[in-house]
Amino acid sequence: MDITRIASKKPFLLGLIGLIVVILAILPTYAPSYTPILMTSILMYIILTVSWVMFSGPTGYMSLATAAFFGVGLYTAAILGNNMPLPVFIFIGGLISAVVAFLVGALTLRLRGIYFAIFTFGLVMLIMQLLLFFELHVMGVRGRFVVVMGYNTIYYAFLILFVVLMFAVYFIRRSRFGLALQSIGENEEAAAHTGINVTLVKVVTFAISAFFMGAAGATIATRWTYIDPYIAFDAKISFIPILMAIFGGMGKLYGPVIGAVIFAYLQETLITEFPELYMLIFGVVLVAAILFMPEGLVGVIEKLAGLVKKWRKGGSAEQNADT
Amino acid sequence: MQILEGRGVTKYFGGLVAVSNVDFDVKEGEITGLIGPNGAGKTTLFNLISGALVPKPGAIKFKGEKITGLKPHKICRMGVARTFQEVKIFGNMPVIENVLLGSLFGTPTGISSADANKEAGELLDFVGLSAMKVIPAGGLTLANQKRVEVARALATKPELLLLDEMMAGLNPTETSEAMELVNSIRDRGVTVFMIEHVMKAIMGVCDRIMVLHHGEKIADGTPKEIATSKKVIEVYLGE
Repeated sequence: MDITRIASKKPFLLGLIGLIVVILAILPTYAPSYTPILMTSILMYIILTVSWVMFSGPTGYMSLATAAFFGVGLYTAAILGNNMPLPVFIFIGGLISAVVAFLVGALTLRLRGIYFAIFTFGLVMLIMQLLLFFELHVMGVRGRFVVVMGYNTIYYAFLILFVVLMFAVYFIRRSRFGLALQSIGENEEAAAHTGINVTLVKVVTFAISAFFMGAAGATIATRWTYIDPYIAFDAKISFIPILMAIFGGMGKLYGPVIGAVIFAYLQETLITEFPELYMLIFGVVLVAAILFMPEGLVGVIEKLAGLVKKWRKGGSAEQNADT
Repeated sequence: MQILEGRGVTKYFGGLVAVSNVDFDVKEGEITGLIGPNGAGKTTLFNLISGALVPKPGAIKFKGEKITGLKPHKICRMGVARTFQEVKIFGNMPVIENVLLGSLFGTPTGISSADANKEAGELLDFVGLSAMKVIPAGGLTLANQKRVEVARALATKPELLLLDEMMAGLNPTETSEAMELVNSIRDRGVTVFMIEHVMKAIMGVCDRIMVLHHGEKIADGTPKEIATSKKVIEVYLGE
């Protein structure tokens, strides 16, 4: 009986995911024009969060370099945006971020725990300061203008990026590569002695996740019109995806996604409705989430699902007793 | 024939010598024991062989090829597998996946997922854990966790298996079962090099024994020679 249930669950799930993608794809044709703009922000945070979890979730390496890769993408768009079509510079932005991640990862992924976190955060500051120095002393101007794209174009770019990312994450989780990644998080030394090239697996995953962060940066740059190093390498971008991932729960694939959706939505609404209280409410929600939902929203959902199952089982047992 | 040989193997931690100028040989097809008081440098020697640490100076050869300075995963793929003194399993992963990882990554040639799965299943049969395939490995008893480690190590198709205190913390029944397991591993054609504190076990299964004390090799011979060696008795019992 269980087997049929699992078998019948899969097409249903695939159908649901397909439906969501279709609804999102035709969104600009029926929704008010503000909706795609809001959805763009939400999709951006989903991409940042899911790509952060892609590496830091299974390995347990706390990366604070998100802002660095995101910023590299932003600057790539600012520099190349006028001479190239959108998909090309999004791809190049991702690629440059991936290369930076690969080099930095090869150097630093031997650091563990807090040292790795501090170094990755240092990377954000380092790139920012280098750029500032370069702009002030070599270029003589701070910041750059970025080519502007239509809201719907940006929205679709993010939607495609999101779908590609989810496929990538899904296949990594299902593959032997994903299994190796997970084993590194469980016990790195044992993984190495089981024949896994731990450095390579970590660095490659770090680079893949940086690709999506950079691509997200290159895409959103076209909405911001102007960037300078302070805007592009905003430290908040390193922390927000982590909060979203914790809020959603990292145990399941959908956890970071719903975490990012709710968090990003809250952020947008709070900023517009209560600009003064926004940070305060944000903080309260976060503290409450960590105190009362240690496994994130995923934990709550799983618990509820367990209760429903139990209740249904109890109900059918009663029925059996009646007959 | 020597499957493993070390010459002048030395390792300092800061100013402290952990392993000092040790020459050793492990013969193919045998079970070689490594004993010595706590802190004698036994596990350090294993770490030097498996690539977790690099000897300085000194050289270790596996099947005539120098392996000093290679990364652990390379050494593993060449055919040297190991277990750990404090079990290092992938606790949140099912038992079968622990072993599967060895099959998938432990050999220089690729393997299809189906073959790897089959192989992992067979190895779990071999160590007697086929009933616990889907349980997270962290939920097993210590004795069974050690068996998971052995199965994972064997999945990498080693020619030499380093067992680090497999019997520590086991009760007498589990110990004799573990001894049987060591013998059947040797019968599969795998050379065994094992660290052990349980004297009954080491005297019972080993063909040859090597004794370390303060990082130096003080004796080397058959179990009988070791049991009667004056030097060894002095180290273990005092004068």
